[in-house]
Amino acid sequence: MNKLAVFVPLALFLVLSVFLFKGLDRDPTELPSALVGEPFPEFFLPQLLASQFDSQPGSQPNSQPDPQPMLSKEDLIGQVVLVNVWATWCFACRIEHPMLNDLAKQGVKIVGLNYKDQRSEAIKWLEERGNPYLFNIFDAEGSLGFDLGVYGAPETYLVDAEGVVRQRRVGVVDQRVWDAQFRDLYQQLPKDAK
Amino acid sequence: MIRLSTHAYLAGVIAILLFITPSDYFDKHSDLSASNEMVEFSQPELRERYYNLIQELRCPKCQNQNLADSNAPISTDMKTQVHRMLEQQKSDAEIKAYLVSRYSEFVLYRPSVNQKTWFLWGSPAILLLIALLILYRHFYLRRISSNEAKEQSSTQLTDEQKLRLSTLLDEAKDRSGKDVYNSGDNPL
Repeated sequence: MNKLAVFVPLALFLVLSVFLFKGLDRDPTELPSALVGEPFPEFFLPQLLASQFDSQPGSQPNSQPDPQPMLSKEDLIGQVVLVNVWATWCFACRIEHPMLNDLAKQGVKIVGLNYKDQRSEAIKWLEERGNPYLFNIFDAEGSLGFDLGVYGAPETYLVDAEGVVRQRRVGVVDQRVWDAQFRDLYQQLPKDAK
Repeated sequence: MIRLSTHAYLAGVIAILLFITPSDYFDKHSDLSASNEMVEFSQPELRERYYNLIQELRCPKCQNQNLADSNAPISTDMKTQVHRMLEQQKSDAEIKAYLVSRYSEFVLYRPSVNQKTWFLWGSPAILLLIALLILYRHFYLRRISSNEAKEQSSTQLTDEQKLRLSTLLDEAKDRSGKDVYNSGDNPL
């Protein structure tokens, strides 16, 4: 009995080591999402581009910003979409953009949330880099971003046809992240609302 | 000997673990002058609540800064929201719940006690109990073993022992007598 007691510190050390070792792989900047499984928040915000609603992904966006029809949550519901939070001041968005273009080419529906940005800059960005978005929500004040709990662009949300957030990614969505966290889920979700 | 030093060692380990419980890290070091933006309030008591809240809420972007210390755009937004909700006469709990529903429990420096956090909250008490148990065992066992030692060293003998002692002595006397006799038989 007492001989076994000698190994207690060793056992404690091993348990602690396992925890610390597992901690090595964890990204401390990744927060648990409060929104996964919750409905996408309500919003009422202008579009970034006027005539973008009708445009096909990859086509040239219309540069005339006025007048903007207002967008609300109704415009998201009824289809499985990726909501991508981006801004021209966001460096990582530059890296992510080609991936979004690829996804759009594959037929993935992406809605942009232009977050705390300047409209003219954002339009120039889309002209230069291509436009993978079905439409863009123009959130200059960051109010929708706040309701989503956005704390670092880019962020990407997978929203199902019922308007419920299914997956969230803070940071760049690249091929690896798409394969690991989004692709299967995106394909499994029913494409239309019940 | 090994047993005693092991207990002492364990007690030391637990004492260290007790000292590094997370609550120590979360002491509010920052003073109010760090957040020197002028915020206007309709009622003076709101200001105090505002400062308490932004001290206790954590910036989601900057890992280990509270809202008061952080200049990140996101914490500015959150401070504005706290201010707005205070002016709407919302309670502290409502404001916290509002932010938690968006930014998760991460924003609370003092997380609520629930299924996920009971161990975190309870661990100091559990560790203290373990330490007390070890200390108790340590001193209790030492007292017992020292009592045993005392008993053994006492000169009081039981009747049985006295009897055994006398037989042993007799045997020894007999043997020594024989030996003397034998040695006489074979002188060098």
